[in-house]
Amino acid sequence: MDGKPEKRNEVVLQGNEACAKGALYAGCRFFAGYPITPSTEIIELMSGEMQKAGGAFIQMEDEIGSACAIIGARWGGSKSMTATSGPGYTLMQEAIGFAAVTETPIVIVNVQRGGPSTGQPTLSSQQDIYQARYGSHGDYEIIVLSPSSVQEMYDFTIRAFELAEQFRTPVILLADEVVGHMREKIVIKDGTEEIKSEKHQYVVSPQEDFFKGANSTVEGQLHDDQGRRIGHIASKSGDFIYNINRKIQDNIDSIASIDTYCMEDADVAIVAYGSVARPSLNAVKHARGIKDDRFMSKAKIFRDLFKRGVSETLSSDYGHLKVGLVKINTVWPFPEELLKQATKNVETVIVPEMNIGKYSREVERALRDKKVIPMSKCGGDIHTPTEILDKILEVEGLDEEVK
Amino acid sequence: MNKLYEKYIKKESLPTLFCPGCGNGIIQRAAMEAIEMNGCKEETACVSGIGCSSWIPCYLQLDVIHTMHGRALPFAEGLKLAQPDKKIMVFTGDGDCVAIGGNHLLHAAARNIDLTVVMVNNNIYGMTGGQKSPTTPLEAKTKTSPYGCIDMPMDACGLVMTLGASYVARWTTAHPVQLTRSIAEGMNHKGFAFIEVLSQCPVQAGKNVWGEKDPAKIMDLYKKYTYMTKTGEVDPAGARSASAIEGKLPIGVFRNDPDAPEYLEKVEAKLAECGIR
Repeated sequence: MDGKPEKRNEVVLQGNEACAKGALYAGCRFFAGYPITPSTEIIELMSGEMQKAGGAFIQMEDEIGSACAIIGARWGGSKSMTATSGPGYTLMQEAIGFAAVTETPIVIVNVQRGGPSTGQPTLSSQQDIYQARYGSHGDYEIIVLSPSSVQEMYDFTIRAFELAEQFRTPVILLADEVVGHMREKIVIKDGTEEIKSEKHQYVVSPQEDFFKGANSTVEGQLHDDQGRRIGHIASKSGDFIYNINRKIQDNIDSIASIDTYCMEDADVAIVAYGSVARPSLNAVKHARGIKDDRFMSKAKIFRDLFKRGVSETLSSDYGHLKVGLVKINTVWPFPEELLKQATKNVETVIVPEMNIGKYSREVERALRDKKVIPMSKCGGDIHTPTEILDKILEVEGLDEEVK
Repeated sequence: MNKLYEKYIKKESLPTLFCPGCGNGIIQRAAMEAIEMNGCKEETACVSGIGCSSWIPCYLQLDVIHTMHGRALPFAEGLKLAQPDKKIMVFTGDGDCVAIGGNHLLHAAARNIDLTVVMVNNNIYGMTGGQKSPTTPLEAKTKTSPYGCIDMPMDACGLVMTLGASYVARWTTAHPVQLTRSIAEGMNHKGFAFIEVLSQCPVQAGKNVWGEKDPAKIMDLYKKYTYMTKTGEVDPAGARSASAIEGKLPIGVFRNDPDAPEYLEKVEAKLAECGIR
């Protein structure tokens, strides 16, 4: 063989570990956190690695303090992050609004567990999908990324820092227990990326980091470009609110990201985000007869069907079904145009998600001319490929044959 | 405008939102003089919470974060960890610091992290219109204690001393010279410096808390009902105790321990010990 094979840093990592490593690669040099299941591995890894990378780490007294500390550190010039789950994410909401209104670039990871309240500390959910968008009081737009694999836990964390810096906004990495705790082989990068954003987007004039002689005023009340309060002036305050929302809305084209599989000739689309995109992809592959053992073995899926008395002959008929997958990477701002474009030839859309069907409402709003079928699953288990296949069969009118 | 104001005040941000007779102006001036005395304007940033006193730094020509209610300390800790060589001042009030921010106060004091905290204590929630605060005296009638306050007032100085804050002082707006010196000392002190300032709120607390609406007369009461102590004389349990001497409150520098290990120094020592840095 000529030449050396390209060196690839392939490692087996847990999703939460990949997130921490992605952050360090992205130049995150401050981490404040508070342990909470199922995100704890992130703070554990950061407590050992952050200072080796020349950064600072602190375990705070609660999640409120953690979210506040990372904002303080960012004004001190350090890219910063915290990670939490469920109740901890709820406690951080006020600080998220503060970061939005002061245009502070921070990254907050929410490894979702089941709620409400203490809920299900060890099981997965996607119930925080709307809290991630509108969890803090007041009107603001925010960027939320939803990883569906360990590789994406790594890549999307890096992307989260890029977007935070570019748009001067808090960015939420909305993971869940499944991707947080699974282990996969991924490719990681060496060293540290110096994030260069082409253009920083501000509503108020750019405020310098502290100790650069700029006398920056970071003000939680609505403020003018000098950081002076304008919250008591209705005319100016309205503009502030519209501008801070437009900053995100007007830039959806450069923020939004989706991936599509087998959508070229599809007449049924599955729209999924986060870990649920995995069984969705698996179901699509089986429906189309594509062999791929990477995700879930074919043997297992047929075993599920055999248990219910399905003949192997029928299973092989799946190959005829024209089903595709749209995987949403940036759940907020809602990638409406991309989704419309990807599903333009589709009649039916199935939206599997681990909550009461929240995201399907937004999909339905965007795709008014299509049949949008929510596929809610609560309780802590992720959808199985079989369940999604069943729904596809139902949509295709084949479900009676299966039963 | 005098020279100090010329250098430190953001003129375009004036007028302040402080009521006539408020103690905040005295404290703001003490802070400016302390920074000037130390010659550390370029190395100083301020963090404050929510409430009247938290507006004090917002009129200063410095880098300032005006944060959320009760959360000035964690913001300041993050800023300090990112900029360990700089001086971070925190302005907070009795409600901001001891009520909603109480948990952060406990932990920042226990860490003995190098911050200078000025807690303005006017014994009331002033900005919201005169409700009971954690330091409102027993029996005081406020908007939310119309029959008289039954909650034992909390003593922030005693609290932080118990937890290990290494510089602790209490002054009043009637002691501006001592206050200025304490803020300057606190800024040079390596560790958690906590300076409580009793400050008049003639509008919301005047009559009900002090039985007096005239700011000058409230300041006279501060002189009358306090007694000067030497450093080390007052232990944590005694800091509150109004009954120590004829119902008077101790003032002075209660603790000044430059040898107490500071948080960032402890971090660096641990990393060196483990060969990480």
